[in-house]
Amino acid sequence: MSFSTALAHHFLPETILALGVLALILIGAWRGTRAFGLVNELAAGLLGLAILALFFGQTSEASLFEGAFVDDAFARFVKVLTLVGSLVTVLMSRDYLQRAKLGNFEFPVLVVLSTIGMLLLVSADNLIALYLGIELMSLALYVAAAFDRDDARASEAGLKYFVLGALSSGMLLYGASLLYGFSGTISFDGIAKAITGAPPLGVIFGLVFVLAGLAFKMSAAPFHMWTPDVYEGAPTPVTAFFASAPKMAAVAITTRIVFTAFPGIVGQWQQIVIFLAIASMLLGSFAAIGQTSIKRLMAYSSIGHMGFALVGLAAGNEAGVRGVAIYLAIYLVMTLGAFAAILQMRVEGRPVEKISDLSGLSRNNGTAAFFLAMLMFSLAGVPPLAGFFAKYYVLLAAVDAGLYPLAIIGVLASAISAFYYLRVVKVIYFDEPAPAFDQSPLSLRAVLAVSTVFLLGFWLYPAPVVEAATAAAKSLF
Amino acid sequence: MAVAFFYLFSAVLIASAFAVIVSRNPVHSVLYLILAFVNGAGLFLLAGAEFLAMILVVVYVGAVAVLFLFVVMMLDVDFAELRQGFSKHLPVGAAVGAVVLGELGLVALGWQSAPGAKEAAAAPIVAGVSNTAALGQVLYTKYFLFFQASALVLLTAMIGAIVLTLHHRPGVKRQKIEEQNARTRDNVIEIKKVPSRAGV
Amino acid sequence: MPSLLEQYLPLVIFIALAAIIAGALLVLPFLVAFKAPDPEKLSAYECGFNPFGDARMKFDVRFYLVALLFIVFDLEVAFLFPWAVAFKEAGSFGFWSMMFFLGVLTVGFVYEWRKGALEWD
Repeated sequence: MSFSTALAHHFLPETILALGVLALILIGAWRGTRAFGLVNELAAGLLGLAILALFFGQTSEASLFEGAFVDDAFARFVKVLTLVGSLVTVLMSRDYLQRAKLGNFEFPVLVVLSTIGMLLLVSADNLIALYLGIELMSLALYVAAAFDRDDARASEAGLKYFVLGALSSGMLLYGASLLYGFSGTISFDGIAKAITGAPPLGVIFGLVFVLAGLAFKMSAAPFHMWTPDVYEGAPTPVTAFFASAPKMAAVAITTRIVFTAFPGIVGQWQQIVIFLAIASMLLGSFAAIGQTSIKRLMAYSSIGHMGFALVGLAAGNEAGVRGVAIYLAIYLVMTLGAFAAILQMRVEGRPVEKISDLSGLSRNNGTAAFFLAMLMFSLAGVPPLAGFFAKYYVLLAAVDAGLYPLAIIGVLASAISAFYYLRVVKVIYFDEPAPAFDQSPLSLRAVLAVSTVFLLGFWLYPAPVVEAATAAAKSLF
Repeated sequence: MAVAFFYLFSAVLIASAFAVIVSRNPVHSVLYLILAFVNGAGLFLLAGAEFLAMILVVVYVGAVAVLFLFVVMMLDVDFAELRQGFSKHLPVGAAVGAVVLGELGLVALGWQSAPGAKEAAAAPIVAGVSNTAALGQVLYTKYFLFFQASALVLLTAMIGAIVLTLHHRPGVKRQKIEEQNARTRDNVIEIKKVPSRAGV
Repeated sequence: MPSLLEQYLPLVIFIALAAIIAGALLVLPFLVAFKAPDPEKLSAYECGFNPFGDARMKFDVRFYLVALLFIVFDLEVAFLFPWAVAFKEAGSFGFWSMMFFLGVLTVGFVYEWRKGALEWD
């Protein structure tokens, strides 16, 4: 396979985004401050084009760039999710940023750059590709967190995220160097081949450090400390981005690395993943109860959901990976829908973010109230909404793998977390009305409506997602 | 002989790294950091990685350390105040450090490589090819993806630095050479007939 | 690796010589110079007064911006060295690979220029 055909067949989304982002920067540089609207639309177009390239592209498996990059069904599945997350973020951010006087064309450019990093990360097949993908993704995210640089909370969020992100990258690199020292190769396959029999201490330390670094990126407890502060401090569209696309990439690479680099020591990494899953689920359930800010609530909610996604990973088999893939897809839709609703919370032109601001939404705006309530039911995992099926698939995989305690803790955590999701529903429907929200832009209402319809209709026609997830899981084994 | 240099560089490296954290004056810390970088470069040199050694000196000593010096010399921070919590947090910090050190020791003591790992890891450089050339032969072709990804990382760093720090003061008068050149007598000079004793 | 050490022998001798001369210049004054130490000689002063404030002050963030942009281009140049040395071996693919790399950073440079990051208003 020649270089250009390889690029055209298996590297097309990345090529489109990389060349496109250069054009966006030039357009932005030329048009200056007026460029925001145009660059925003073009960035959305690029991300959409990349999604189309994935849908209509090759379905064969391929390894490119001397084994640094792998294109398989799993990568394509997660890439679509990642791109959808970025695309919806770009669409939702426009109105908010313009009103907050943050309408600089750099924001969509940073989102696209970060997305390129995520795509590289999802397809990474050796340690250097893993690290470069993570850095490209994170570097743009650090800047995005502090995008509102005149706001003290946003600057604090950016700095906190940067310092802890750098720490996690350091841990990841340290682990990677131990793994390389042991196996003498950077490729995941090579590491898997080098580990025969009982692993020595060095490999276990390497594994632990790498997983700790990745857990930082997906904000799984006990590496979640940055999440609430960053989610609260960053501008809301940035928070929506943080909660969606990077999580897809981080969970995907964690899944890939444990199954391709450490298939021989399932017992070792399973312990870590189970611990991460339990800690995240419990923390996500308990810590969210006392929150008054909806953004902080979503932060803890996302930690809890990462815990559930890891339950599927802990199962350590194909069914588990299928559960993870389905979970990611449904989590993405729920999160984007929830943030579309949060971005609509605006009273007399100013954004509000207290849960109490939602009081009596049902009487001010019945449609939005219904959609948000359905989202909350789905996040809580109430059947027959999609959120229930997401949890069902991962817990089923855990039970099949004999991890009964983990599954039971998952069910309990789900029940506890239902408390605070349902409290939001109660506030919306039964409290005295707070001041009504302003008329919100069409893009936000559309995202909210589409995501709710997806969540409501999933049980009627789950086949496309489930089949794609099954194929994705199959390609890893 | 090489072993003697190895111990010399390592000893100075560790000592200066220690001095970075204990010295009272932050400017001294940065200077010790530079010393540590230089010794690290010496170790790279002994390992045969000459290009990395030179890059460490050029980039880290020449650019990064200067930036650090900028930051510590020019930042309005009361370092005495910063150090106040030192003794309070010392036990926790020391405990964490000791645990990590113990773990490192465990790893080092029980270290074993996979069979064949050392041979695979040792770079098979053809005799007669210099270090830099060997790097150049693979970096731009075999490691194309990494190379271009690092270009994007640098691009992101550039954009990030500008987004976060650049601000233009309003009302600054700049020299605009093209406007100056475009001036002709016709569009700058206006001739008025001024009647005598009337003023302009 | 005796050959490696031999290659760097001039450098070692050079550094050793520099260290000896610098050390001698540091030590000699202690031995031969006239000494009358006084704490006031070392204390800071401003026009005859004790200093009013700390010498540290907030500097314009643009200094850091310039330094950061310098580091980025410094790294870019670092990538050029091996390319120049292995130009023939890298072939046309290596050539275009570097051109694309430089192109990406040139886009960054154009962005900087148009943004006015290189101006000191």
